Amino acid sequence: MTKFLISVTVIPIVILLALGISMSPAMISILTGVIPYVVFVILLAGFAYRIVIWGKAPVPFRIPTTCGQEKSLPWIKANPVENPAGPPGVLGRMAQEIFLFRSLFRNTSVKIIGGRPVYDGAKWLWLFGLMFHFSLLIVAIRHLRFFTEPVTPCVGMVSALDGFLEIGVPTLYLSDIALLAGLTFLFLRRVIIPQLRYISLVTDYVVLLLIAGVAVTGLLMRHFFPVDLNALKTMAMGWVTFAPVASGNISVIFYIHLCFVFILMAWLPFSKLMHMGGVFMSPARNLANTSRMKRHINPWNAPVKVHTYVEYEDEFRDKMKAAGLPVEKE
Amino acid sequence: MSFAKIPKPDDLINIDYAPPASEWTKTPVDFRPGTWSYSTAAKNLVSLGLPNPRAWQPTDEDWKLPENWKQIILDGMKERLEKYRSFRLFMDICVRCGACADKCHFYIGSGDPKNMPVLRAELLRSVYRRYFTMSGKRFGKLVGARDLTVDVLKEWFYYFYQCTECRRCSVFCPYGIDQAEITMIGRELLNLVGCNINWVLEPAANCFRTGNHLGIQPGGIKDMLEFMADDIEDRTGVRVDVPLNKKGADILFITPSADYFADPGTYTCMGYMMLFHEIGLNYTFSTYASEGGNFGLFTSHDMIKRLNAKIYAEAKRLGVKWILGGECGHMWRVIHQYMDTMNGPADFLMEPVSPITGTRFENARATKMVHITEFTADLIANGKLKLDPRKNDHIRLTFHDSCNPARAMGLFEEPRYIIKNACNHFFEMAEDTIREKTFCCGAGAGLGNDENMEMRMRGGMPRAMAVRDVVKKHGVNRLGCICAIDRATLTTLMDYWVPGVSVMGVHELLANALIMTGEKKRTTDLRGDEISE
Repeated sequence: MTKFLISVTVIPIVILLALGISMSPAMISILTGVIPYVVFVILLAGFAYRIVIWGKAPVPFRIPTTCGQEKSLPWIKANPVENPAGPPGVLGRMAQEIFLFRSLFRNTSVKIIGGRPVYDGAKWLWLFGLMFHFSLLIVAIRHLRFFTEPVTPCVGMVSALDGFLEIGVPTLYLSDIALLAGLTFLFLRRVIIPQLRYISLVTDYVVLLLIAGVAVTGLLMRHFFPVDLNALKTMAMGWVTFAPVASGNISVIFYIHLCFVFILMAWLPFSKLMHMGGVFMSPARNLANTSRMKRHINPWNAPVKVHTYVEYEDEFRDKMKAAGLPVEKE
Repeated sequence: MSFAKIPKPDDLINIDYAPPASEWTKTPVDFRPGTWSYSTAAKNLVSLGLPNPRAWQPTDEDWKLPENWKQIILDGMKERLEKYRSFRLFMDICVRCGACADKCHFYIGSGDPKNMPVLRAELLRSVYRRYFTMSGKRFGKLVGARDLTVDVLKEWFYYFYQCTECRRCSVFCPYGIDQAEITMIGRELLNLVGCNINWVLEPAANCFRTGNHLGIQPGGIKDMLEFMADDIEDRTGVRVDVPLNKKGADILFITPSADYFADPGTYTCMGYMMLFHEIGLNYTFSTYASEGGNFGLFTSHDMIKRLNAKIYAEAKRLGVKWILGGECGHMWRVIHQYMDTMNGPADFLMEPVSPITGTRFENARATKMVHITEFTADLIANGKLKLDPRKNDHIRLTFHDSCNPARAMGLFEEPRYIIKNACNHFFEMAEDTIREKTFCCGAGAGLGNDENMEMRMRGGMPRAMAVRDVVKKHGVNRLGCICAIDRATLTTLMDYWVPGVSVMGVHELLANALIMTGEKKRTTDLRGDEISE
């Protein structure tokens, strides 16, 4: 529980930081004029650095985890996706993994009932996990309207679809609800399920809290404490055109929002959020099961000390002859 | 096999999944009798040239580590982080979602949270963070980093030798993080400072010198095979050949030495010999490469390569066309995923073609080694075998997918095809417990020793209970498998959890049903049990 309490302190710290900034025009201009570039550089460089480090480490052996029938005899039906025999299968497998969370969909839970283990489907993690990730993606796409002029058409379309229920003014986005639901689920299961609490690190909570901070302040701005959208757009366009403009004091909530976003972005390359890049590189998933069909090369394959047949026969020659076994040297 | 020292099944099944009150970093490892394996005898380390041979046991306070042990481990980690993308990635991207937690047979059977794959990996990951990441170096505990201490090392030893490298967690992980890979690296690191177990390294040392895990010398192998030929003649009236070290054979046959050493593996071996005789296969066993299994897999990548090298070397010396491999689990992990890369290319061999059916085994065209169930399934599909499944009518069979053929190859249908052609009473276990979701026997990866008995019975519990269900539902009395370790360890597991169920290889089942040319009227199966007719 201590870890959880430590992690919660991140919320007041970020809020206080943003409050402090909002009181000084000079600080505001740093937050909106300099920090965005610093954060963006950290994010890009950090991300690239991590990918390069992973990419530099070779994959010495072909070790996919196979989850379906191998390609063998022609009359045996192989499973080309769960056990790919070539690039198209791998592509299919990775697409399933990335867009549908295939492996998480297999999730089960186990209980001992009546003196035996009973396995039950446990799809909640998959459902809320998928909801959470997809809504994050949609929210990110919607934000592109601040960074493009004229607004890219597909961004408008996504927003329209996302808000098609037309509840309230301004329209409530479905992705916002899904995002909050997903966050709540992921957070509560970490706090409530004893096993999950046991394996959780401070950082596991902090990540969720930071995202929650971003989401909640965003929603507050949209539905309760409206901010000047034109000023926001001008500022955002200033960032992307490398001509940051002084924005004046937009609103405290907005600065809190920005602080959460920037901390999250700058921390991302150093955190477990790198799973977003790593998932593409997992040798257990992204290799075809062609280990016996095609020789896989290990770049550092080095000679090792072996016990040769000659050494073996030298030791056992007499016994081999006595047993009537053929030998190389009489 | 004595179960006297371990709790009764009715007590063992009361598993508490509630984690302890103290944090895992503050819960020291407890070497409880029955849950760990003896250390390696010094002589075995010496004969393999491995570091730090000495007399010690895990329960000792002082493990007699080399003075600079910590540096050795950290240097070893650094080296492996640069050599294995899998290792580096798996250290970095886990989000601790916990999907793997209750997929591990050792966790299901023990409730010990450090047997959750995620936490077993954290044992290593926490040290990785402390010494190899910026945030870990700076923020330490706050970001889940911890110092490498003797206690941490002891914890590694206890839990990396409580993982059978079965890869079930990897099936469920959204990123495919494979605890087998982490355990393999963890064991490599432990090996650098001489912390390893005898049940792994004695077989490895034997295999290095005599060609097989059991240390059987050339004459002994011949005697055992001849003895089996006698038994076959007794049951069938047919005398089969025992080709050994034969130059000019078409095919080199490699199987785990356990198959010619002890029941019930011997019956499977008799099955191979009867099959090869019946189809007139020009093959040979080898005494130099008399082991399919490879306990190097449970030691280090180097050791895999050192032991595996014999297979291609012997195939080259004997001048065979290609290699056929018997029923074994981890052996096939090595053959399928490591052999060609480590000791290939096998350009001196020919692309495998069945001399009986003409089928080209295209899936093995580079490695040039075919799995016996692929070979036999092809024979049956082409009508080359006369089978009378009624000869197995006294057997009500279920089938255990062995971890490695399942999750490192995807060999599901071949054995089932043979089974369905060789017997009339076949029943699958529950879906959550077979194929890619199969449960380990609980004693693979070198853990199948007597001193580790409680942990074996715990780890094997999920498999055993799935068997018990089909026993109750369908009156199953036999457990089939394609793994030599299974044949030994599942037998013990059944005796403990599901008495009355015995274990057999698929080729024993096949040979029971095989009608051989010139055979007498068979009244018993290969075991000498009456056939019901």
